[in-house]
Amino acid sequence: MSQDQAKPAPFRLAPVLRSIDPAIATAFACIVALLLVGSLYSSNFLSADYLLQQIQVGSFLAMAATGMMIVVLLGQIDLSVPWVMTVGAMMSTAAAGWGPVGSWCAIPIGILCGMLFGLVNGIGVAYLRVPSMIFTLGTNAVAQGLMIMRTGGAAPQDMATAAMRTLATGRVVADIPNALWIWMLIGVSTVFLLRRTTFGRSVYAIGNSERAAYLSGSRTRRITVLAFVMSGALSAFGGVLLAGYSTKAYQGMGDPYLLPAIAAVVLGGTSILGGRGTYLGTVAGVILITLLQSILSIMQIDESIRQIVYGLTIILMLLLYGRSAILRT
Amino acid sequence: MSDWRYRVAEHRSTLLAALVFVAMFAIYVGNHSAGFSANVVQTAANKGVLLAFLAIAQTFVVLTSGIDLSVGAMFILTNCLASWIVVGSAAMTALGVAGVLLAGLVCGAVNGAIVIFGRLQPIVATIASGAVYFGIALALRPNPGGDVSSDLADMLTGQLWGGIPASLVVLFAVILAIWLPFRRSSLGRAVYAVGSSEVAAYMSGVATRRAKFAAYTLSGLFAAMGGLMLTFFTYSGEASSANAATYTLNSIAAVVLGGVSLFGGTGSAVGAIFGALIFRTINDLLFVFDLDPLWQPLFLGIVLLISVCIGSVRLLRIRNRLDLFG
Repeated sequence: MSQDQAKPAPFRLAPVLRSIDPAIATAFACIVALLLVGSLYSSNFLSADYLLQQIQVGSFLAMAATGMMIVVLLGQIDLSVPWVMTVGAMMSTAAAGWGPVGSWCAIPIGILCGMLFGLVNGIGVAYLRVPSMIFTLGTNAVAQGLMIMRTGGAAPQDMATAAMRTLATGRVVADIPNALWIWMLIGVSTVFLLRRTTFGRSVYAIGNSERAAYLSGSRTRRITVLAFVMSGALSAFGGVLLAGYSTKAYQGMGDPYLLPAIAAVVLGGTSILGGRGTYLGTVAGVILITLLQSILSIMQIDESIRQIVYGLTIILMLLLYGRSAILRT
Repeated sequence: MSDWRYRVAEHRSTLLAALVFVAMFAIYVGNHSAGFSANVVQTAANKGVLLAFLAIAQTFVVLTSGIDLSVGAMFILTNCLASWIVVGSAAMTALGVAGVLLAGLVCGAVNGAIVIFGRLQPIVATIASGAVYFGIALALRPNPGGDVSSDLADMLTGQLWGGIPASLVVLFAVILAIWLPFRRSSLGRAVYAVGSSEVAAYMSGVATRRAKFAAYTLSGLFAAMGGLMLTFFTYSGEASSANAATYTLNSIAAVVLGGVSLFGGTGSAVGAIFGALIFRTINDLLFVFDLDPLWQPLFLGIVLLISVCIGSVRLLRIRNRLDLFG
């Protein structure tokens, strides 16, 4: 037996293959397929510049999807993403109107407002035990109401600051969009948070069984609140970036981000029931959705066909790997 | 004979929703300049019935502990379809109505098939199918327009003898003809069983797949009824994505206000109807109290938040903290 140990372990393919999540592998395969389809339609689809531009646009979705993923891992959902994004954008641009001090702290103020909404979401879901699907819908309506109240009567300052524009559209380091650097930074921190901290392990534990997590000494309610606060902060930050990208904040700017964020998380192999999923998958999901939208927009087709193809593609990709187990227990 | 106690307990949430609605509607009518007149009731009924149909559609799926985020898209799709085919002679109109309802059934059945045979989570599956349905609606009506048989439209949105709104009668007839028989059938019980515990239902030999399929299909049917009514109110079809999204979200809010649990297995379509009417009356109340229109969305959101928090009172009665996580 000791002889066996001395020998170097032979390389086996099977364990390596088994360690790859089939969902993520399929997601990346779908990305490659989409790139091929895209290159058929436009010759410069595969150029680095075009792809970087797509990723830059996708990074706004990535912020919302990152927050959504943390919440989905808990087995909850955050439907307040659209208007929390708008709140982040509108409050940061509003702060920019307070003069030099305001424009300096515009971004933190936007994020802080998002965190406040996340805090309300978290308290409602964790302590009042209201289903997240309806509670976050309510906070979304409140956020919308507040913003309509603010912008309806007057025309507040809504132009993005120079810092916001640079973050969203500039290319300061190595000709790579700043937005992509931010995404990488947020991505690495999220992976660290989910895999290397007690908070992250508790998030997975709560997603699998909150009861069990509670009995093993995890402060489940506090962690749920924290997760929602993070989701609010990330959504608001996504809104800040989006405002920087489109140079101003406007009503309804977050509306097209809710469903793609959920779709990106699920296409990345995260179980909507919670407890299972990796950040790499969410990255794949965001890239998938972004590429799909960009291909559909360069194809010269009607908006109606675009919607149909978009829906069908998502269903098809989910059928490839997003299926739940057969009920047999 | 203490049977009634059990029955009251069973329908407590529905009764509560009905009471809240009656109280709110009384306040509304009491403060309305025209008072309790047939016209006021008719307008309120017409607005409420639209959301009520969607709330019933949502109820079927929510009872199975699923969620249908495509009800708004099915509603808009059937609206656009109806603006093409519910026209012409009486026979043609009848055929058109049947066609629209059939389209709703098919959409619902497709949702059901994706969820059951595709084994996808309802929330994502219906987001995606909703995009498809909305795309079809957009193809049918790239621009708002179209026509509808105005005789039928006026009949169903007007008043009957004695000022009873016809739309309410339609809603009542549908409840009598579809919901009550469904609730009492083994299929209806199976839907409730699946919502309470799918595993337990499966183990007891309940046809879980058939129940879920029926729930999604009926959801499509009721969304189509809502779409038909919308066509009768507006005399046209419009593929508005804002409407689709708003009605989907409002249908969820209405269902919750009506005492249907999002965890599945409890509640009824009648409760959901009252939930929809409550939701509509909140809007109307803001109008009669002459609240600044800018405040309305905020107020609606706050009312929604508070009303969903009311259920948290039950937490005070929990003895074992573990029950929190049940």
